[in-house]
Amino acid sequence: MAAPARSVAVPALSPKLLSVALLSVGLMLLLAYLVGFDQGAVSQSGMFLHELMHDGRHLLGVPCH
Amino acid sequence: MRTFGSLLVRGLIVGLFAGLLAGTFAYVTGEPRIDASIAIEEAGAHAHTHAHEEDHHEDPLVSRDGQRAGLFLATSLYGVALGGLFAVAFTLLRRKLRTGNDAYAALGLAAAGFVGIVVVPFLKYPPNPPAVGDPDTITRRTVTYLLTLVIGLLAVWAGVALSRWAARYGDVARLAGGVAGLVGTVVAAYLILPGINEVPESFPATLLWQFRFASLGTQATLWLLIGFGYAVAVDRRPIRSKVAAA
Repeated sequence: MAAPARSVAVPALSPKLLSVALLSVGLMLLLAYLVGFDQGAVSQSGMFLHELMHDGRHLLGVPCH
Repeated sequence: MRTFGSLLVRGLIVGLFAGLLAGTFAYVTGEPRIDASIAIEEAGAHAHTHAHEEDHHEDPLVSRDGQRAGLFLATSLYGVALGGLFAVAFTLLRRKLRTGNDAYAALGLAAAGFVGIVVVPFLKYPPNPPAVGDPDTITRRTVTYLLTLVIGLLAVWAGVALSRWAARYGDVARLAGGVAGLVGTVVAAYLILPGINEVPESFPATLLWQFRFASLGTQATLWLLIGFGYAVAVDRRPIRSKVAAA
């Protein structure tokens, strides 16, 4: 027997949903940037965040020195 | 029906757990390779600056133990970010995915994300352990890496679009269309993008590939757990309706 079809569990698209979704994407990309690409040039942390997450950056496949 | 907030929170939580477990995988398979690479780097630096040994010792910003703990921080935060992005993508794309089952939709989306964001960049620019990259090219390498992410997602989209268009000519055409759309886009992009080869001749090939597979495995763990975790999280119906269905 095929898997039973279930109702689609997402809300309908609306301008409000799109704006909230876009804001979330921005926040998530900022977080990913801090982990993967921050070289201390933009943030005020110097190289601290970069060095702290250095191993993870290499193992997550992000370019590094 | 779930609200966007509920869909997003599920993604963040699933991402956090996926990131923690991916960090564990990375710690076991990746850390020994990173230590070996750093040992090679230090042996080289030592031979270089043998004459002025007194100014060789500078305190690192974060100790190696700190970096090992930071690995879990990095994979967890990255997992949270990916989980959140995944939840947004699920919300916006769910109606375009032709399945009535939300769990299948989540698994399909995770498979597409893994191919586009991990496999396509990996094959063009495989990750390198510490002590390999040239610091002067970091900006160029970052830009080309981000380009391969975008191209990977475009290639997946092209594959899906072409397979749907070709479906009218039968199942074989549907499959061939999907493969042609994906592979065609990727091959074209690979030919245009510059090659980057910075691994020194002297770096052990075995260590290099052990590191690369550890990195691929880390990301595979992350995406596998996000896919299955979100499939479970979004599929969970209220207990009352489960009892009623039983």
